[in-house]
Amino acid sequence: MLKNRIIPCLDVKNGRVVKGINFVDLKDAGDPVEQAKIYSDGGADEICFLDITASNENRDTIYEVVKKTSKKCFVPLTVGGGVRSVEDINKLLNCGADKVSINTAAVQNFKVIIESSKKFGSQCIVVAIDAKLNGDQWEVYTHGGRNNTNIDAIEFAKKMEDSGAGELLITSMDRDGTQIGYDIDLMSKISSKVNIPLIASGGVGNLDHLVDGIKLGKASAVLAASIFHYGKHSVQEAKEYLDSKGIPVRI
Amino acid sequence: MNVTIVDYNSGNISSVINSFKEVAKDKVNIEVTSDLTKIKSSDKVVLPGQGSFKSCVDALNSISGLIDTLNEFAINHKKPLLGICVGLQMFADTGYEEIETKGLGWIPGKVSKLDNKNGKYKLPHIGWNEINIIKDSKIFQGIENNSHMYFVHSYEFIPVDKNVISATTDYSSNIVCSVEKENIFGTQFHPEKSDKMGLQIIRNFISL
Repeated sequence: MLKNRIIPCLDVKNGRVVKGINFVDLKDAGDPVEQAKIYSDGGADEICFLDITASNENRDTIYEVVKKTSKKCFVPLTVGGGVRSVEDINKLLNCGADKVSINTAAVQNFKVIIESSKKFGSQCIVVAIDAKLNGDQWEVYTHGGRNNTNIDAIEFAKKMEDSGAGELLITSMDRDGTQIGYDIDLMSKISSKVNIPLIASGGVGNLDHLVDGIKLGKASAVLAASIFHYGKHSVQEAKEYLDSKGIPVRI
Repeated sequence: MNVTIVDYNSGNISSVINSFKEVAKDKVNIEVTSDLTKIKSSDKVVLPGQGSFKSCVDALNSISGLIDTLNEFAINHKKPLLGICVGLQMFADTGYEEIETKGLGWIPGKVSKLDNKNGKYKLPHIGWNEINIIKDSKIFQGIENNSHMYFVHSYEFIPVDKNVISATTDYSSNIVCSVEKENIFGTQFHPEKSDKMGLQIIRNFISL
């Protein structure tokens, strides 16, 4: 039976982890490679790096991080943040990323998704959608949540599936950072609309939220950051909890 | 010993290279090449494959003499070869992704789309799934039955002769996920991304 996945996400800036595990015995808390290794050894089903490097001159730092991580971690590695072109995707894959997540560029030019999924295969193309509820519809935001495109997020998700995306990473901007749980409505509406797997993101504060994301949100995978970073829960604990709730996980 | 990973522009093979180098350490030489002479003289060959069946077959064909060299290696000389994902699928006679495409024809059978049961199952089949080991394959030494492996695919290999099947996995149907025919091995899952158990399969292949 296929297992639901738990994906810890690390924010990386200028090649260093800015939000990550805060264990006392960690030699270098800012080293993304060391943190990713802790997660993969701890049972993470995949690792996600979100590059939040702001300046262009430091953009190349992520490539080094990916190269080093892929030599140490033998679970799938997804990298996103600032991916603009087919060439950017190519570079990340060549450095050892298994999947690349594309956000703003997918909205600005969906041909990037068509071209890259043809060239590299849908299996490595993840479209990341940041959505916020405005009135009665969820709208797609770009540029790290700064720009509202007024595009209907559910329609857009379908369009991305048709363009060749292999997976969708859906983040609720209303919930991100709140720790009050995923936006279940948003997740289940998109998941029912598309036939590709959905990764839920944004708002996890406790282990029940992960259960809800899968059971109610119909997500194939759940992504979380802070509940794992600050030692609140380990990935293993999360899996045991999901297992106790009847959700199939890899233990 | 030389193990060659065939580099024929079949998509992203960095993870395959990294995992083989991790297992090989300094004891085994891992070559990544499309050089026919090097392939011929190597002891083992790994045939990765990502993207569509057609794109991989086209990529093999675009390197003059490559298919002949692989045939000579695996069929005439019967040296060990491991196909991964589409690398395994290409063992078939025919693939039906995009358009009907002729495969290598090493193991009679076809490659067709997974049945999603009218949308009940998401495709691709992505994630960790258990493998049911049904044949005592050499590449499964030290691998417990029902171990988890990482999958990403929408198509499956359906061999004519069921005796070549070494493991299956359950999703929308019972899917063939590993085959063994004499010196030819293949996995639909990605051992290079399947953590310790996956690396064990790679170790087993290298030590054949």
